[in-house]
Amino acid sequence: MPSEKMLMRGSHVVGEAAVRAGCRFYAGYPITPQNELPEYLSARMFEVGGTFIQGESEIASINMVLGAAATGARAMTSSSSPGIALKQEGISYMAGQELPGVIINMMRGGPGLGNIAPSAADYFQATRGGGNGDYRTPVLAPAGCQELAELTFSAFDLADKYRTPVMLLGDGLMGQVMEPVVFPDFLNLDELPKKDWTVTGCKGREARALFSMILDTALLYRHNLHLQEKFDRIAAEEQRSETILTDDADMVVVSYGTAARIAESAIEELRAEGMAAGLFRPITLWPYPTTALRALAKKVDKIAVFEFSLGQMLEDVILSVGERAEIYFYGIPGGVIPTPSEVAQFLRSVHKGDGKPGRRIEV
Amino acid sequence: MAKKATKGKIKIDRERCKGCQLCVDACPNAVIEVDTSLNKRGYFPARSREKFEEGEKGCIACAQCATICPEVAIEVYRAK
Amino acid sequence: MSAEVAYQKIFGRPESLKDTYTHYCPGCGHSIAHRLVAECLDELNLREDTIGVPPVGCAVLAYNYFNFDMVEAPHGRALAVATGIKRVLPDKFVLSYQGDGDLAAIGTAETIHAANRGEEISAVFINNAIYGMTGGQMAPTTLLGQEATTAPGGRDPKLHGRPIDISRMLAVCDGAVYIERCGLTSLKQIRQAKKAIRKSFRCQLDHLGFALVELLSPCPTNWKLSPKEAVRWVNEVMIKTYPLGVIKDTTGYEDKK
Repeated sequence: MPSEKMLMRGSHVVGEAAVRAGCRFYAGYPITPQNELPEYLSARMFEVGGTFIQGESEIASINMVLGAAATGARAMTSSSSPGIALKQEGISYMAGQELPGVIINMMRGGPGLGNIAPSAADYFQATRGGGNGDYRTPVLAPAGCQELAELTFSAFDLADKYRTPVMLLGDGLMGQVMEPVVFPDFLNLDELPKKDWTVTGCKGREARALFSMILDTALLYRHNLHLQEKFDRIAAEEQRSETILTDDADMVVVSYGTAARIAESAIEELRAEGMAAGLFRPITLWPYPTTALRALAKKVDKIAVFEFSLGQMLEDVILSVGERAEIYFYGIPGGVIPTPSEVAQFLRSVHKGDGKPGRRIEV
Repeated sequence: MAKKATKGKIKIDRERCKGCQLCVDACPNAVIEVDTSLNKRGYFPARSREKFEEGEKGCIACAQCATICPEVAIEVYRAK
Repeated sequence: MSAEVAYQKIFGRPESLKDTYTHYCPGCGHSIAHRLVAECLDELNLREDTIGVPPVGCAVLAYNYFNFDMVEAPHGRALAVATGIKRVLPDKFVLSYQGDGDLAAIGTAETIHAANRGEEISAVFINNAIYGMTGGQMAPTTLLGQEATTAPGGRDPKLHGRPIDISRMLAVCDGAVYIERCGLTSLKQIRQAKKAIRKSFRCQLDHLGFALVELLSPCPTNWKLSPKEAVRWVNEVMIKTYPLGVIKDTTGYEDKK
């Protein structure tokens, strides 16, 4: 049965949810602002008979996850923006070798070393490769501690269902804030679907190899089409989003993660002033919830994109909306967190004029 | 004159052999020579000699050739 | 008239090696090393419990030759991947098989830390003093004066540093319990190499810690020597920089001589 309500810090929530979702292998390297996650798991993993390793680097850690995943274990690593950059090779290999795994990114300011404040400028990194080759990474974007718990479960399920690495995007604020959480119940590992592709020693069967190197071009072509067929299925079936107050809205804010919660408060201010604003909150960033957003864009006049970057999710909004509505954008880099009033000011300006301090986007 | 059976016998897979000739030197009794006809991959493979002189021991199943062969191209048999 | 003599096979392909033609060059040390690893796995009855991690390098296709489960790793990361496998499946036998670039250049951190943690993994380290698969570039173990495509005048200590001795560096780690350097270019060396590999496997079976066998391996193609000349080069030149022998042994095993 689900847990009772607990007050817990976001980073710890991910750790506890992972363990309940059957994760029995974690490898990671300390990096602010997610250190609490490996710290939590360094004790919790042993309580459930799992393995915790503080790897010597983010690179070593993703490769340990690759090895653990190859044996069939639910395996996870975590880091923050520049550390996630280091993991891209491993993620690409896992995608090519069709290995499930969960990567947690508690985003911080960039580029480069940046700062430890909660930016969300890794959208491109997460949804547009990161690593080499034709592959997509399912990306989940929680907007608070309860969702961190639930989407951690979803991440492992998606990863296993499609045999591919899955990323969960949090940010430095979400990782640090404490909120009440009710955890789903522990999964019974024995009831999880059996994996018939793992390497565990070849007793009773032919020897098996898991690899992403396919030298023959015709075979690699076919393998890529096979992977693409999988990603097409994910795109068709796994889009997720949430709408708030959009039924009668003439302006919809599109925002994800912590930014969406601020946008939600800003929308309340506008509603109090009589403006019909609503929120469209993507929960999957890949596959982007294009279907739902496109349908919504047909019914409203204005789409206002608000994110903690200088315009990354904006591109997916443009792809989804096109000319169906006017598009406005307001983005804040560097981990600066605006107040709801500042965002409300942008939204008022979208409603009445040119979107300052943001801008109108010509499509 | 009765032909004495040798203590050992080797079978070289001539299509597996890559003609490195390490076995030729490894054999203590000069049983192995280099074939003068190419295999399918374009190597001159090693070959066990058919004819031996009076007094030559021939193959003694020491397996030194097989030990040094990188291709596992040589099987060694010992008389029971 | 010769009497009918019955013969029995005393040397053949080990079960842990598939019956396939390898892409390795004539006289390549990989082929011998593969066979020795396979023979040891057969003798210890480990084939069905083994998971191997091949390198990126000439042996990247090792899963086509070895007859046991294998997982490919990114270049240099084999010992991190092996760590993940061994920690989840401690009762299985996990080995890594790596070249000098994989283990001692790009993978240096993963190698040192797997050894330092004392991961119960058996590492096979093929040192041919050159980058084979990519066509002959300088390796961390390329000898002074030895030519490589990225060191056309030969390795120069001022430009490139001296050849690295990763095995001796690893010996400092408490978690590494057994490290030996062997050769593949004489019968005596091959026999000793097999003993060393078998001993490194025993270290894992007895839960002692990390074990590594370094194998000096001929690369006729990239050294631009014939197989026989390559053998001589190992025995007369390479051995001077990389002398054979036990580098560390805290196993307490009494070896049969």
